[in-house]
Amino acid sequence: MTNTPASPKDWDAKSIIAARVAKELRPGMLVNLGIGLPSLVANFLPASSDVFFQAENGVIGLGAHPPEGMEDPYLTDAGGGFVSAVPGAASIDSAMSFGLIRGGHLDLTVLGGLQVDERGYLANWMVPGHKVPGMGGAMDLVAGAKAVIVAMQHAAKGDSKIVPRCTLPLTAERRVTLIVTELAVIKPTDEGLVLLERGPGVSVEEVLGATAASLIVPDEVPEMVLG
Amino acid sequence: MKKAIRAEEAAALIPDGARVLIGGFMAVGSPLRLIDALVERGVRGLTVIANDAGLPHKGIGRLVHAGAVSRAIMSHIGLNPEIQQKMIDGEIAVELVPQGTLVERIRAAGMGLGGVLTATGLGTPVEEGKQVIEVEGKRYLVETPLHADFALIGARQADYVGNLEYSLTAQNFNPIMALAGKTVIAEPDVIVPVGVIPPDEVRTPGVLVDHLLARAA
Repeated sequence: MTNTPASPKDWDAKSIIAARVAKELRPGMLVNLGIGLPSLVANFLPASSDVFFQAENGVIGLGAHPPEGMEDPYLTDAGGGFVSAVPGAASIDSAMSFGLIRGGHLDLTVLGGLQVDERGYLANWMVPGHKVPGMGGAMDLVAGAKAVIVAMQHAAKGDSKIVPRCTLPLTAERRVTLIVTELAVIKPTDEGLVLLERGPGVSVEEVLGATAASLIVPDEVPEMVLG
Repeated sequence: MKKAIRAEEAAALIPDGARVLIGGFMAVGSPLRLIDALVERGVRGLTVIANDAGLPHKGIGRLVHAGAVSRAIMSHIGLNPEIQQKMIDGEIAVELVPQGTLVERIRAAGMGLGGVLTATGLGTPVEEGKQVIEVEGKRYLVETPLHADFALIGARQADYVGNLEYSLTAQNFNPIMALAGKTVIAEPDVIVPVGVIPPDEVRTPGVLVDHLLARAA
């Protein structure tokens, strides 16, 4: 665990999001965590979670940062950072790595987002008029993983990132499985976006007020269970 | 038995304007001495097909910085602001390709296939100008093969006949690219006698490798 205050109400947004996403991971899963916020999810798993993490540059069974001075320049994650490997790890080439992703062998990917819309479509790879980083593996991950969780802050510069229709270029023509923010857990469905849970200390009204998209609100919307 | 050549000899084989596949992922597993030799010889007008543009002064980023690249076909350039700026300035034409599609297009070239069908990129800017076909009720983009004049490969070990072995995440695109270049130049960290690499550990058979870079001086 990271250094987080005892009560989830006092956690920062990223810790709340990462802790809540961690609850979706199950033993035996093969999981790909995006760089940035999604990578924090690993901090909120029990030591013996029996989850294998994949990095698209070619490792199944990604482990923690190695001890100082023991880094292997040939063992890195998709962001180029040094990692270790867990018992049972396997190294693979890029064709196998994306075969796992696209072929439906990856149980879950957790990715950041710029926008998600009422269809459940994600935009997370470019903003027109800005320097373009490239999609890297994001389009394959969203198109191919069995489940896609978008882990992102609810708003950017005061603007809701959950919108009626994405205005940014899409990452894939695929409905994501779940959206987790510090304010809400939202499930895209045929009927629209369903508000499943509220963030710690957050009311349904506050979620609705912070969301540009329409939300379907069930009779019961429990608070997220974290920690 | 291969004859090991020096990096500058290898760089001299690659003419200006060549289309080159370069292995590596954020410079991990890239043929770094070969890249340095290309920079040193002042190569120009390369089309570079690779996962990424490395970092500003590392890996493929050194070719970008030296002005050696006129066209790039890559999945990610976000860790190299220099190529992003050159893209905006029109100095380098960049085609961005989803990573899984990129490796399959290279694989298609190397495996003698006319392309691949993938759902990746449907409904996104990647779809623009491409053929979409339906197979068994599902839609796919038609993605064409990516051939190249050269494949520049980084490996951990080679033996005297050119069999290659890779290490962990340094393999990435290398074994796929080794099939897709007309001429394949491999840069191993070390060259060992035949038999040191057991047949089961050979990831790229030596028959694919045209030139081996001699050990670093």
